[in-house]
Amino acid sequence: MSGKPMTIKSMPQDDQLISGHGACGGCGLSTAVNNVLRILGPNTVVYAPASCFLVFSAMYPTSALKVPFIYSAFENTGAVISGISAGFRKQGKDVTVVGIAGDGGTFDIGLQAVSGAAERNDDVIYVCVDNEAYMNTGTQRSGSTPFGAWTTTTPVGKKVQGKREHKKDMMSVITAQDVPYAATLSIAHPNDFVRKVEKAKAIEGFRFLHIMTPCTSGWKTEPSITYELARLAVETGMWTLYEVENGEKKITYRPKEMMPVENYLKLQGRFKHMSKADIEELQKWLCKRWNRHYNPNMVNGEGQEQKELAYAGEESEGL
Amino acid sequence: MTIKVLSGDHAVAYAVKLCRADVIPAYPITPQTLIIEKISDFVNDGEMDATFMPADSEHSAMSMAIGAEATGVRTFTATASQGLALMHEMLYVAPQTRLPIVMANVNRSLGAGSGIWAEYNDSMPERESGWMQAYVEDSQEALDTIIQAYRICEDPRVMLPMMVCLDAFVLSHTVEKVLVPEQAEVDSFLPRFRPLNVLDPADPKFINIAVSPAHSMEMRYQLDHQMRQAAPMINLIDEEFGKHFGRRYGGMIERYRMSDAEHALITLGSATSTARVAVDQLRAQGRKVGLIKLRYMRPFPHQEIQEAVKGVKALGVFDRSIALNGFGPVFTEVRNSVYRQGMPVTNHIAGIGGRDLTIPTFVQMFDKIEQSANALERECYWHGLRGEM
Repeated sequence: MSGKPMTIKSMPQDDQLISGHGACGGCGLSTAVNNVLRILGPNTVVYAPASCFLVFSAMYPTSALKVPFIYSAFENTGAVISGISAGFRKQGKDVTVVGIAGDGGTFDIGLQAVSGAAERNDDVIYVCVDNEAYMNTGTQRSGSTPFGAWTTTTPVGKKVQGKREHKKDMMSVITAQDVPYAATLSIAHPNDFVRKVEKAKAIEGFRFLHIMTPCTSGWKTEPSITYELARLAVETGMWTLYEVENGEKKITYRPKEMMPVENYLKLQGRFKHMSKADIEELQKWLCKRWNRHYNPNMVNGEGQEQKELAYAGEESEGL
Repeated sequence: MTIKVLSGDHAVAYAVKLCRADVIPAYPITPQTLIIEKISDFVNDGEMDATFMPADSEHSAMSMAIGAEATGVRTFTATASQGLALMHEMLYVAPQTRLPIVMANVNRSLGAGSGIWAEYNDSMPERESGWMQAYVEDSQEALDTIIQAYRICEDPRVMLPMMVCLDAFVLSHTVEKVLVPEQAEVDSFLPRFRPLNVLDPADPKFINIAVSPAHSMEMRYQLDHQMRQAAPMINLIDEEFGKHFGRRYGGMIERYRMSDAEHALITLGSATSTARVAVDQLRAQGRKVGLIKLRYMRPFPHQEIQEAVKGVKALGVFDRSIALNGFGPVFTEVRNSVYRQGMPVTNHIAGIGGRDLTIPTFVQMFDKIEQSANALERECYWHGLRGEM
């Protein structure tokens, strides 16, 4: 890249996802996709697997996308984009090929295909829009759903309340394959977002953009606080902004201090049942991850000491 | 033209090379692997200008073929049995999106009680997926049918995908003499691919999107119409193939000693060669028997079969798989075709799981067919079962 990195002021303003689509008010995903496609521009082909993105973008015979796109199934984003890219390459055509899949379509059912594309280093951009559950089918648990969260398949029952397992670290799964570029993005950090998409566009080979996209209907939140949630996710350690380029990891935004996760949880209906013990469990896990990201050179300790390094907040009283 | 000694799998690989396939995503499975190994050799030796894509599964291989074909290139893939079953979901995408992908399926028994030998219970369940299905008798026909397949599939009046099916081991791994055409001969028969719909940023379209009940029924109707329309094209293109290469196969079906036949058997795949010998032996004894080789299960040659069995007193149908409704799938289709013609029709199940098919097996079938002309004692016979069952 030459010159200054792109910012939200200098980024292209032409919409490829035009108004009239069917996303919910306050949908983090539609904002993310719209801005990714603005930067990738009109010389782009999109693959959409089964997802919210697919169903809110088009229904025969109408479409809200100005760029060509194709759908075929749920679990094959990595494979279809590899095929599209190979087809264009064989014809000597230079077209940006992007697959936009959800967390279920990436972490769970699509894991084999995305791993295959990464291993072959196919010349594609894989965007994972992560709203932390199967939202298109009505909020079922995915490998991305955080600990404690309510979903329709991790209901708040008399015996068990919410998801008992932590979120899968998808970025580590991808970066373990030594891909040319992988980054996490937040819609609450627009300049960082824009710069990473611009960077990914210019790199050749397999590129992975993982975007956290708050979901008003699945998270049981007010549409007006989508950006606030995206921001708090980063401040509490529920999301971390970094990029890995040719094996080099770089934190692209570091919060001044770790905010207690309770500040994030209490705004969302999906966490409102969480017990003090469960919040404590999530907080501990977050502290460990926080240290792994922001204090990578520390002694590899466990539990309390880790927590002290990361976090100076009050003990939780429960929500 | 060059004379080579080739297995069925290698004959397929030579055909794919001659057809100048552009993108070849594939995943290994016995007994298909010889095909993609040979293609990999061609590509790595620089004899073939194609992109070979090592897929992470057959599901991904078909997904890649769909993605690549949608950009307007010619694709090929190959599979067998469990691999075809894993592709099942993706098979349904290519016909409705009019992506004329050509695939070889080496017929191998599917499922528990599993083996790697010939049976049609892998491809028969896919006859409702919208793929055309050809079944070949020998390595030469495997090579020729792949070349015909690209012409048929990519014809603007057809635009459907096709799987070319060949028997495990009997064809896939057994070598025989094959006439391999020159590149220029194939080039003059098979023009460059002109796709119907492509992903092109200069002319944006969506390919395959949610369709409401207001439109989906018409799309299915069109698909069925397209499939029916493919049958005359298959006959026409086989004729044209004959003019180019000096050999042809009869299009949808081949008739063998049928002109005065009173008792006829319908076969498909490599079993046809054995059945031919049985017919010759019985003819030498003065018995009026004949053979119809079914080359296509989709489109199904209803008209051709009705025409071919005129004057036949009893008809038998060979099946190398069982639909678990008491009959084999080919029988079910054939009886549907000929029910107005009134002759007795019997089903002859044999060769399941790769069990040997011998000349006496087919002689026994003709015995039963002749017998059924006088009195239909049973509708379905299993030949070659161990012991009394």
